[in-house]
Amino acid sequence: MSFFFQELVNGITTGALYSLVALGFSMVYGVLKLLNFAHGDLYMVGAYIGFFIIQFFGGAADLSIAVPLLLVIMFVVAAGLVGGLGVAIERFAYRPLRDAPRIAPLITAIGVSFFLESSALLLFGAQFRVYNTSEFISLSSGIRIGSVTIDSVQILVLVLGLVLMTGLRILVNRTRLGKQMRAVAADREAAEMLGINVNFVITATFLLGSALAGIAGVMGGLLFNTVTSTIGFIVGLKAFTAAVVGGIGSIPGAMLGGLVIGLAESFVTGYISSTFTNLIVFGLLIVVMLVRPSGLLGQAQLQKV
Amino acid sequence: MSLDPQLPPAAGPQVGADEWVARQAHRREYLPSWLGDAQRAGERVGWWPRLAIAGLAGALLPTLGLSGFQLQVGIDSLTIALLAVGLNIAVGWAGMLDLGYIAFFGFGAYGFALLSSAQIATTGIHLPAYLSLPIVMVTAALLGVGVGLPSRRLIGDYLAIVTLFFGEAFVEFTNNVAPSKLGGPDGIVGIDPIRAFGWQLTSNFGYYYLLVIILVVVMAVLRLVEKSRTGRAWRAVREDPLAAASMTIPVNRVKLAAFAAGAVVAALAGTIYAAQQANVFPTDFDTPILILVYAGLVLGGTGSIAGAALGALVVMIIYDGLLRSPTEAGYLFYGLIVLTLLARLRPWRRLAAVLAATVAFGFAAHAIAKAISASAVASGPQSGGWIADALRDWVIVPANPQTPGNWGFVALICLLITLVQVGNRWRTILLVPTIYLASFVWETRLVVEPSITRQLMIGAILIVMMIARPQGLLGQRRVEALT
Repeated sequence: MSFFFQELVNGITTGALYSLVALGFSMVYGVLKLLNFAHGDLYMVGAYIGFFIIQFFGGAADLSIAVPLLLVIMFVVAAGLVGGLGVAIERFAYRPLRDAPRIAPLITAIGVSFFLESSALLLFGAQFRVYNTSEFISLSSGIRIGSVTIDSVQILVLVLGLVLMTGLRILVNRTRLGKQMRAVAADREAAEMLGINVNFVITATFLLGSALAGIAGVMGGLLFNTVTSTIGFIVGLKAFTAAVVGGIGSIPGAMLGGLVIGLAESFVTGYISSTFTNLIVFGLLIVVMLVRPSGLLGQAQLQKV
Repeated sequence: MSLDPQLPPAAGPQVGADEWVARQAHRREYLPSWLGDAQRAGERVGWWPRLAIAGLAGALLPTLGLSGFQLQVGIDSLTIALLAVGLNIAVGWAGMLDLGYIAFFGFGAYGFALLSSAQIATTGIHLPAYLSLPIVMVTAALLGVGVGLPSRRLIGDYLAIVTLFFGEAFVEFTNNVAPSKLGGPDGIVGIDPIRAFGWQLTSNFGYYYLLVIILVVVMAVLRLVEKSRTGRAWRAVREDPLAAASMTIPVNRVKLAAFAAGAVVAALAGTIYAAQQANVFPTDFDTPILILVYAGLVLGGTGSIAGAALGALVVMIIYDGLLRSPTEAGYLFYGLIVLTLLARLRPWRRLAAVLAATVAFGFAAHAIAKAISASAVASGPQSGGWIADALRDWVIVPANPQTPGNWGFVALICLLITLVQVGNRWRTILLVPTIYLASFVWETRLVVEPSITRQLMIGAILIVMMIARPQGLLGQRRVEALT
């Protein structure tokens, strides 16, 4: 039984990570109706930024500053830089295509994703970069319930994930900007007619979503330890799955979807075999799409004439 | 009659204009003077004669004496062209973003591999090509229908996701399932060549000609399909599924047909690929190939058969052929910059000013850098040929080029994004450092990492083409109808 609970904890942790990536993806889809294929690569950029910040402060083995401060710097810098990168991508690649046929921005997004991936390969090389989390965060200093351990990195990911998701929820439901976002998501033209600065709202959405991906990238680095230029693709795929399973465009849906994917992955790896993890996760997605095309929490869309 | 003052037409895409209007607008966009005349004369040649000329040219190419490497590039390019032509059915005509397309290619290759190797049973199955090819193609069509079935319920982007997962699932499947039969990551080796009636195709020349013939035949068939009832139905569904349905077009069936047709073409390409390579591996059918095919299709123009084939050929010849040797890659890179400047920069005074300023800027920068530190210009340009000699005193290549090159790359991207955002006057001024920086990054990093440069190029083609010329080289501009 303890194995089950251990897998549960692991699943929830990775699920929280996927949720964060899925949230940004889902938000962008909400306002722009665009599948941002480059979103996973923003996660990868965030992970690299975290790695280079560790290097900047002397490497994992002998850090020149306190660990909590380092973590704060990592998260803040990654959020800022990746957020800015997301905004730049939107400006450069997606804005000119806002009124183009639907397929054009999708293809551009694939191009952006490929471009980011190969840029990372050019800049950082093909070798794996290792965070060595255990050198500066003691993994054993976690919570121990019976034989189930929640190590400190997992606690960090869970708490931060929860805080960010709550914050996002408040932002979207309670603030003026959130209201504008929902208005743009519901009907961009009508929102524009009501005096909402659509460009600003879209920029803000990209900033927030990309920043979340950057933070998730640092978390992923701490959690999985290795960073390479291709990690964005598979995490991006998982996040798509999460967003779609939960109902694309829906924020609670993205959170739920992330958890579902994280748990599914963890239990399949634990109880069946790790070779089939991805296959089963993708199969899950296809089944959900067939049974409930609008996702678990999404609203069925009626086609307007 | 309206009493409103006549307003100039708004910039940006024309809303409310349809495909026909877009076509008429295109007719007015000829190049100036004799170039335009040549363009018009070229357009008077019909589609079929052009196909015949292209096919003949393709067939005559090996008689010029190609090296083995060039022949292989030709074979790869033709395979990708065949794939792009097939992808065009779903993406260009039916307007469905099919991101699992490459799995059909892999399915064809694996299907052929299983049917003509020692993989299954003790002695294996060794079917002749006239049996294995139809079997593989028919199964691929069924698989296409199977994958397309979800599209009944999925609108637009959802389809893209499901097909993307299908493509990924294929790679995972071949990697992990039944390693004794499918070979896992080691793939299937020792595949028979194409065999029928006692003779077999073993030389690369043979495969080159086979591919030329297949490509021409497939293009001809698709041209007939395009003009047929089904072809018109595909385009109707693309423009507006609801309107198409109300015109009694069976939308679902039409979409499935597009999927199946694309799958058949991809599977055919896959069989030839497997036979020519004599081995297949899961990684041959991963996302990079898909993106390559998309780059070709987008460059040539979605919706145009000839565009798809031409775009794929151009992309592949650059990707596979030219970008391998530093000298040729250098010609291509600088040639493209100069050509773009010549074509886009008007009036000529501005062009001359930018060129002169760039040359002067380079020599000045080089001289200053040399005066400060000799090691800043220690390595010469990395590309070969006369270009390298010409650039020796112009471009700065420091002794240890990797780190400065990386920073230059980041700066170049930032500069490019700024360049697009600022107004005309600033753009002209910023162009000079941008060109110089591009050359710097090229000489320090890109030319020494050809495999990464090729990928960057593919990504850049997708982004830039979609923004600058969404209709591609040969496609027709589509204008979103007012909804």
